[in-house]
Amino acid sequence: MASSFARILSSKRNVGILSLVGAGSLTVGFLLNREQHVSAGAQVRRVYPPSAEYPDLRKHNNCMASHLTPAVYAKLCDKATPNGYTLDQAIQTGVDNPGHPFIKTVGMVAGDEETYEVFADLFDPVIMERHNGYDPRKMKHPTDLDASKIRSGLFDEKYVLSSRVRTGRSIRGLSLPPACTRAERREVERVVINALGGLQGDLAGKYYSLTQMTEEEQQQLIDDHFLFDKPVSPLLTCAGMARDWPDARGIWHNNEKTFLVWVNEEDHTRVISMEKGGNMKRVFERFCRGLQEVERLIQEKGWEFMWNERLGYVLTCPSNLGTGLRAGVHITLPRLSKDPRFPKILDNLRLQKRGTGGVDTAAVGSTFDISNLDRLGQSEVQLVQTVIDGVNYLIECEKRLEKGQDIKIPAAIKHN
Amino acid sequence: MPFGNSHNKLKMNYTAEQEYPDLSQHNNHMAKVLTSEMYANLRDKETPSGFTLDDVIQTGVDNPGHPFIMTVGCVAGDEETYEVFKDLLDPVIEDRHGGYKPTDKHKTDLNPENLQGGDDLDPNYVLSSRVRTGRSIRGFCLPPHCSRGERRAIENLSVEALSSLEGELKGKYYALKNMTEEEQQQLIDDHFLFDKPVSPLLLASGMARDWPDARGIWHNDDKTFLVWVNEEDHLRVISMQKGGNMREVFTRFCTGLTTIEGLFKEKSHEFMWNEHLGFVLTCPSNLGTGLRAGVHVKLPNLSKNEKFGEVLKKLRLQKRGTGGVDTAAVGGVFDISNADRLGFSEVELVQMVVDGVGLLVEMEKRLEGGQSIDDLMPEQK
Repeated sequence: MASSFARILSSKRNVGILSLVGAGSLTVGFLLNREQHVSAGAQVRRVYPPSAEYPDLRKHNNCMASHLTPAVYAKLCDKATPNGYTLDQAIQTGVDNPGHPFIKTVGMVAGDEETYEVFADLFDPVIMERHNGYDPRKMKHPTDLDASKIRSGLFDEKYVLSSRVRTGRSIRGLSLPPACTRAERREVERVVINALGGLQGDLAGKYYSLTQMTEEEQQQLIDDHFLFDKPVSPLLTCAGMARDWPDARGIWHNNEKTFLVWVNEEDHTRVISMEKGGNMKRVFERFCRGLQEVERLIQEKGWEFMWNERLGYVLTCPSNLGTGLRAGVHITLPRLSKDPRFPKILDNLRLQKRGTGGVDTAAVGSTFDISNLDRLGQSEVQLVQTVIDGVNYLIECEKRLEKGQDIKIPAAIKHN
Repeated sequence: MPFGNSHNKLKMNYTAEQEYPDLSQHNNHMAKVLTSEMYANLRDKETPSGFTLDDVIQTGVDNPGHPFIMTVGCVAGDEETYEVFKDLLDPVIEDRHGGYKPTDKHKTDLNPENLQGGDDLDPNYVLSSRVRTGRSIRGFCLPPHCSRGERRAIENLSVEALSSLEGELKGKYYALKNMTEEEQQQLIDDHFLFDKPVSPLLLASGMARDWPDARGIWHNDDKTFLVWVNEEDHLRVISMQKGGNMREVFTRFCTGLTTIEGLFKEKSHEFMWNEHLGFVLTCPSNLGTGLRAGVHVKLPNLSKNEKFGEVLKKLRLQKRGTGGVDTAAVGGVFDISNADRLGFSEVELVQMVVDGVGLLVEMEKRLEGGQSIDDLMPEQK
């Protein structure tokens, strides 16, 4: 069974990008096949011109709505990726969710790796807007997982309570969560837990399938703050990511509970390295080592991660392209957080704040989640260094304010 | 639509066993019927518009079940779904509709003259009367599958037909995306406004896509005849009024429906209907008449009586809270309606409600007076 799958896979890889040119004709062929099923007396589905199908985006405020003009829609609406993923599927979440008053959401997702190519006329400008001017048509994204390059990275634990780095990885040749079939999703699970089973030493661990975990295991995972639940955010459910829940979903973590992998949640995998305290350098070192080891293990079986020079690591949401990396700390900044210059300082340092429950939560007390703003156009090493330098600066500000000294807004860091 | 199924051909690269859903925790009609053999036999099929087996069952896979209610767990994306996937849907229909066989014929009767009585349910107990059904326009895909273009075309056709209604039925259309704040508030106060579905049973089937595009509410000036456009079905048609004159409600219902049907026919459109399944709607539970005739009725004593459930069952009635399905009764007031949809005509179902509610009110009065209801116990209908 595995070998026939590998054969399909290798033929798909060859077909993959090359078939972009023929994507239109694939769709036509598909439609012709449909009509052969018409039974006597049944009416064939009406087909409407693009203008009749164009979504009403007048009340919308997301990146998709900003760039999906009627002309772009008309150009792309009858195309499909080799797997059959369409524009309407990609944009459905953005049509269904007009926007957030404070956050400009992306409003579209990829169903497979080729989505980013076939629908580049829409995805490229969205990527550029979302990633501060990174132009996928002209620029290359650097990947650097050499943790030895990190300078400093041990934070003052009077302020920094915990440190964490996360990213995602997709398995090339299998559709992404919005579009995958049940068999594909199960295959992702099989490939990933097979690789994770090969991890050793401080990375050795265990997989907990969502469909099979016991009550005790579930409670332990909740207590450890590891358990993820079925998505409730309409941004995700409208994209089809929660189909067939909890089939082929699970959580893997090492015995030391410092390296964690989510399987088939919003991406094929989400990889997290974390620990209490301020040793971001060690967190990142384990992160890089774990990722590289998992990559080696899947390659042994003939698989690889979705990656290309233009977009870096390919993930479901365009906002996570490039590194897909969010490196952050939970940090208390009682004085600095009340200073009116705080937002500007963060901005100039290319950092963002969130509540300690993650995105869309409020801060509790004066403890914040501070992490990098950027994902694409800078390497992993660069982004983590930015976080380290930035957090050190915030701690310095807090210390100065403690002593009644004044603080300065730092110069804005150059980005894309 | 919904997701993951425009590439049904891709799925054929995997075995049926690899794709077969895990239904071990499931308790709905679909899960009871869909064996792995059946899945293997049906998975390469599609309706002419491209609706697949996985599209049909997605809502049932995503929603294992309700502890008390046996949900259906499958939907139709177009009229042909019921043909192409009959191996799955016939047994589901049989199970859901009291043994209705694939060879049975369904009778349609929208002549209110055939109803006996029904105009004198005691308004001291019966607070309001209502009849609803759904209609689908032949040739268009159903809400789980329709494109934006189709949905808008359905809205245009419907609004055009409804705007020709006259006399008691004359009214106005309020598109969900265009209504003013005042209009919205008025519709809420009238209890007419429907909102974006939140039930995961509906969301998982893809019916809420593109909300609120091409959705709206039409009602007559008297506020006694109401049509929902593009909610769970193409059209939901509701006739209602305060008090117990179910006859009047049903008469308006039939007149309205037949008039609307005539208006559609003038434009060469017809409703989805056939001899076997009656009116074709999105959910298999609404086939046949799609009709739910009900009252809001005060039964504080009877509802506490141990025989209440048995009586309802014998009368072929069901109870709900006054917020509709999945709500609890408030202050002893229940929503009592027919349990059946398919295999009985519209007149027959409304007759059951009229006769049944009459009996329930009589029982309530007896219990109020401290008397027994034993001699009133009905036979199984």
